[in-house]
Amino acid sequence: MTSLDKPAAAGPRTDRPRRRRVGTGARRGVPLPLLVPGLLGLAFLLVPLLALLVRAPWRGLPEQLTSPEVWQALQLSLITATAATAVSLVLGVPLAWLLARTEFPGRGLLRALVTLPLVLPPVVGGVALLLALGRNGIVGKWLDAWFGITLPFTTTGVIIAEAFVAMPFLVISVEGTLRAADPRYEEAATTLGASRFTAFRRVTLPLIAPGIAAGAVLAWARALGEFGATITFAGNFPGRTQTMPLAVYLALQNDPDAAIALSLVLLAVSIAVLAGLRDRWMTAS
Amino acid sequence: MTNPHHPTDADPSPTDGTPNPAEGRRMPPRRTDGPDTPPAAADGAPTPLGPPAPDHETDTGGAGGNPNPAEGRPTAPHRPAGLDAHLVVDRGAFSLDIELTAAPGDVLALLGPNGAGKTTALRALAGLVPLTAGHLRLDGTPLERTPPESRPVGVVFQDYLLFPHLSALDNVAFGPRCHGASKSEARAQATEWLTRMGLADHTGAKPRRLSGGQAQRVALARALATSPRLLLLDEPLAALDARTRLEIRAQLRRHLNEFEAVAVLVTHDPLDAMVLADRLVVVEHGRIVQHGTPTDIARRPRTDYIAQLVGLNLYRGHAEGHTVRLDSGPSITTTEALSGPAFVAFPPSAVNLFRERPAGAGARNLWRCEVGGLETHGDQIRADLTGELPLAADLTTVAAAELDLRPGAPVWATVKATQTHAYPA
Repeated sequence: MTSLDKPAAAGPRTDRPRRRRVGTGARRGVPLPLLVPGLLGLAFLLVPLLALLVRAPWRGLPEQLTSPEVWQALQLSLITATAATAVSLVLGVPLAWLLARTEFPGRGLLRALVTLPLVLPPVVGGVALLLALGRNGIVGKWLDAWFGITLPFTTTGVIIAEAFVAMPFLVISVEGTLRAADPRYEEAATTLGASRFTAFRRVTLPLIAPGIAAGAVLAWARALGEFGATITFAGNFPGRTQTMPLAVYLALQNDPDAAIALSLVLLAVSIAVLAGLRDRWMTAS
Repeated sequence: MTNPHHPTDADPSPTDGTPNPAEGRRMPPRRTDGPDTPPAAADGAPTPLGPPAPDHETDTGGAGGNPNPAEGRPTAPHRPAGLDAHLVVDRGAFSLDIELTAAPGDVLALLGPNGAGKTTALRALAGLVPLTAGHLRLDGTPLERTPPESRPVGVVFQDYLLFPHLSALDNVAFGPRCHGASKSEARAQATEWLTRMGLADHTGAKPRRLSGGQAQRVALARALATSPRLLLLDEPLAALDARTRLEIRAQLRRHLNEFEAVAVLVTHDPLDAMVLADRLVVVEHGRIVQHGTPTDIARRPRTDYIAQLVGLNLYRGHAEGHTVRLDSGPSITTTEALSGPAFVAFPPSAVNLFRERPAGAGARNLWRCEVGGLETHGDQIRADLTGELPLAADLTTVAAAELDLRPGAPVWATVKATQTHAYPA
C-alpha cells in the first residue's frame, strides 16, 4: 500500500484530549465574591482530610493495622466489596444492555427506578432489604421455608446490602458507555452470522470494556464504604458482618487511634481509586 | 471480463485459466440442475464431490463451505438462481419501493442522490431493516423472514466497521467462526483471504493501524469469507482519498469480477457505478427512475439528476420528424427522426456561444440566452445560461475571455443537430 493512504476512520479514537493549561492571566479579574467562598469551600473539603493525616498515630500505626480486629474487618470488607462488585457485574451489565439497546414502554421510568438507590438514604435501603429478604420479608419468607436460607445478619447479607447500593453506579456507567458505542458494530457482526448474543459477547463487550471497568471500580469503592444499608440489614458482628466502616464507627467510641488508623486505610483506597479513574474523569469531558 | 448475463462465465477460479475438458463437462449441469447438487467448489477437481467439503479453494465458490439455509434442503428443480427482490419499506414520510433482479455474477449499482433510499434498500437486503411488503428471494429461497445472521449475505459497510479490538486476521475470521469453523480453520481461511487481497503482511494489524485502502480490503475479505450468495457494498470507496480511490476502484473491480454470486453496490458517484457495475439502477425518492447498462444510462439519461451526473443537457418534449418541440416552448432540431414524447440530450461542449447573432444560417439550433453564472470545470469554463433555453455550455478560458463573458451578458447559443441525441421518452 502506498504511504499516501489515510489511516482508517474505523474504530474509536484513542488520543487523549489535550489538557488545558490555565494561563498566568487567569487570576486577573477574579471577583472577590467568587474567590473568597471558593477558597473557603476548598478549605472545607481539604481540612478534614488534612486533620486525619495530622492526627494520625503514625508511630503506633503498624501495630494498629496488624491487630486481628483490624485485619478481620479489612479482610471482610475486601471480600464482600469484591463479591458485591461481581454480583453487580453479572446482573448489572445485562441490565444496562437492556436499558440501552431495547425499546419497550416504560423504559424511562424503569431507568429512573434503577438509579433510585443512588439517591436513596442507605438506611432506607437496608430497611427495604429487610422487608424483602428478611425472615418475614416477602421473598425471604419463602427462601426460609423452602431452602432454609436466612440472609439478614450474615456475610451474604453484607454482600447483598452492598450490591444493592453499588450496582446502580455500575449500571449507569455501563449504560452510558453502551449509548456512546456505535450499535452498527453489532449489525456488522450480525451480517457475518453472529446471533445477537454472540455479537454482544464478542464485539460489544470488548468495545465497552473500559466503561465496565470504570463502573466496576466505582461500584467497588461504593461497596467498600457502605455503612447504612449494611448495619441495618446485616448488623455488626465482628468477623461476620463487621466491615471497615462499621469497625471505624465502633472503634471511635473506645479506641480513637484505631479509628483513625482504619480511616487512613480507607482514605488510601479512595485515593487509589481516584488515581485509577483519573484518565476517565479528569481529562475526558 | 465477465458477461453479466451469463452467470457461469463469471466463474472466477484462479485455476481455470486454461480450457479444461472436465471443466466444460462440469459447468453445464451446474447451470441446469444446480438446485439438486450444491455447486461444487470451483477448483477444477475432476471427481464429483460429495457433500460440500471444507475446501480451501472454495472461497469464491460461495456455496462450498457455507451452511446457508438455501443449500440445506431440496428445492424445486427450476429454482431461479440469483436475486429477485421487491423491496417495500414504508417509514411514514419516506417510502421505498423498488424491484431488483440479478443473475449470479452480476454487479448491480444503486445510484442516486443522498436520501434517495439506496442505503435503506441495502439494509433491507441484509435484513437490518424489515420489509413492509414485497419479497426477497435469493437463489429461489425466500429470505423475507430470515434474520440477518442467517442470510447468506455479506456486507461491506461504508466506513467498514472493522472491529477495532480485533486484528485484521480475526476480523476476517469472525464470519467463519460464527458459521461453525474451528478457530484454526477460520484463521487459515482468513489468512488465505488476506493473502489474496495482498495483505499477507498485515494480518496482525489492528484496524486503526491500517490505511484506508487496506481497511477497505480487509472489510471486503471479511464479507467474502462467509461465502455469501449476495454481496452488498455501501459506498465502498467514499471513505478513501482521491489517489487511493483510483487504485482501490480498479482492485475492487477485479474482485467483483471474480465474485460468482450477485453483488449490489450503493453509490452516489457515477464513475464508481460505471466502473464497478454491469448494470445501473438509478433511484430517486425511493423509486427506480431508470435502469440499464452504464453506456445506456450515460447516453440516454431520463431525469435531470442523471443528466447532471453524466454531464449532459437534457430536455423533454414532443418529437415530430427531426424537430422536438419542448414543453417550455423552443424546439430543437435533431438527426434522429421520431414521433411522440421524446428526450433530447447534448453535451455542454457541443454548445457554441456568440456575442452577436451568427450570420450563417446553417445553425438551425439558435437560442438567445443570458449568462447566469460561470465556474471553472477542469481546464474549461462552464457557463450556466438562462433565457429561451436554459443550458450549460463549456468553453475554453481563452474563448470566455474573448467573448467577455460575465454574469448578465447576453449571448447567442448554437448546437449542431448532429451533436444532439434524441430518444423516445
